[in-house]
Amino acid sequence: MANIMIRKNDQGGLVFYLPKRDLEDNISSIEFDSPEKWGGEIKLANGGSYYIEPQVPPERLPVTIRAKRLDAPD
Amino acid sequence: MSNLTREETDALIQEVLEVYPEKAKKDRAKHLAVNDQSVTQSKKCITSNRKSLPGVMTIRGCAYAGSRGVVWGPVKDMIHISHGPVGCGQYSRGGRRNYYVGTTGVNTFAEINFTSDFQEKDIVFGGDKKLAKAMEEIEGLFPLNKGISVQSECPIGLIGDDIEAVSKKAAAQYNKVVVPVRCEGFRGVSQSLGHHIANDAIRDYVLSNRDGKEFEGTPYDVTIIGDYNIGGDAWASRIFLEEMGLRVIAQWSGDGTIAEMENTPKAKLNLLHCYRSMNYISRHMEEKYGIPWMEYNFFGPTKIEESLRRIAAFFDDKIKEGAERVIAKYKPMMQAVVDKYKPRLQGKRVMLYIGGLRPRHVIGAYEDLGMEVVGTGYEFAHNDDYDRTIQEMGNATLLYDDVTGFELEEFVKRIKPDLVGSGIKEKYIYQKMGIPFRQMHSWDYSGPYHGYDGFAIFARDMDMTLNNPCWGKQTPPWKKTEATEEVKAAA
Repeated sequence: MANIMIRKNDQGGLVFYLPKRDLEDNISSIEFDSPEKWGGEIKLANGGSYYIEPQVPPERLPVTIRAKRLDAPD
Repeated sequence: MSNLTREETDALIQEVLEVYPEKAKKDRAKHLAVNDQSVTQSKKCITSNRKSLPGVMTIRGCAYAGSRGVVWGPVKDMIHISHGPVGCGQYSRGGRRNYYVGTTGVNTFAEINFTSDFQEKDIVFGGDKKLAKAMEEIEGLFPLNKGISVQSECPIGLIGDDIEAVSKKAAAQYNKVVVPVRCEGFRGVSQSLGHHIANDAIRDYVLSNRDGKEFEGTPYDVTIIGDYNIGGDAWASRIFLEEMGLRVIAQWSGDGTIAEMENTPKAKLNLLHCYRSMNYISRHMEEKYGIPWMEYNFFGPTKIEESLRRIAAFFDDKIKEGAERVIAKYKPMMQAVVDKYKPRLQGKRVMLYIGGLRPRHVIGAYEDLGMEVVGTGYEFAHNDDYDRTIQEMGNATLLYDDVTGFELEEFVKRIKPDLVGSGIKEKYIYQKMGIPFRQMHSWDYSGPYHGYDGFAIFARDMDMTLNNPCWGKQTPPWKKTEATEEVKAAA
């Protein structure tokens, strides 16, 4: 588990930032993205994937949340 | 010499690595790479932010240098106590030429060294009392200071002094901001962690001080973050930001004050220059206060134009118009500079090895002058810096992370650039080799280099260095033969 920050980029897409590893990458897909449920497995552009506990969508971005690493290319 | 191909560059790296023992070779190989623009993730080609190998010559600094020297040092109306033995402070006061206005010793203090001067007994019995005493003296001698920061040197962390408690007490007693910074030099692998620690200290002790208080804002309030005003850089940037209609409410931290820092959360946009040292606080402000931040580059007219338009895009038509007006105003001036110097500098090749943001940001300025950057590297970058660099650099150029003295020398010997840009520790080696050299940390005591005014100075300086007739007249000591000695003696 690590703290990550999710923010919006200029194009309106989501950006994933993992401060501990200086990993900054676009999020290519997010499992749940509805007003009631948000989160789940997120896939990064570099092929890695992380898991966020499904929750109500954050009121505003950026937001710092806990995420679990599922699979990340070294 | 023409540019190297990918294979040749690869071979060069292998050749340079050859002298290392097996283990060191394996480690160093990860830090050297040939640039490939098709790679989007720097992690795949270069490793960074790792501990330097013992025994090699690195030019990195320490966490204390990153906090005291870079981030906190330039905050002019605060007093920064170098808490610990005297040496660290002596070597870090004002050395970066962070210009500021004010009367030093009365209401500004950036060039004065304040230290608690640890002795053996302080290590044995602890230095908290001494710190409290130092603050008391400061209050007596320099009553116009607006706050104190305690910059820990190594022993503080080792003996476990409670500087936070002392600071808290002093803050209540003097009713001022007193910031304990846990930036002991042994933390982390380079000054980079010091930047982070300093950012965190600002977040914890400064940023929220004026939350909820009145502030007469305008819709055009911006801040300049991560410009340390070296040789007046921040002033050269500020001048045309204001010209295009924006209001700069804070400068971090060159010529900056604690009041400006406290007001920063009231800004509409944070303009981030040095990504490496201040992205932490920008990200924090984006999350907590909803202030967007943007990286800009004010080196060279091409990049300035690009940046100004991107900055203007955050605002309404008035600012967009202002940006165009500023661009149009300076265009003929910049064209004159390019016309004058480009013919003298066209096609020259440059190798850089600096820190922070410059290894990628100055590329545009060199390209405006028709020069080419053939090798670049950072002292203390992280992966996200290299992500940003790969796109800026040409294909098959060299990238080196935390390069050792030996490696850089060998690369320069083989690539034979027309100009090397690095720091004071490299300067005389390359000058003795007969290679033109500019210090790109301190602008070689010139500057500013940022902004439109800075570009004219930058172009002049590069021309002055490169086309100086002295370079052809140098024979380095190790190339001197007896014959040349005799000629000298005869003359």
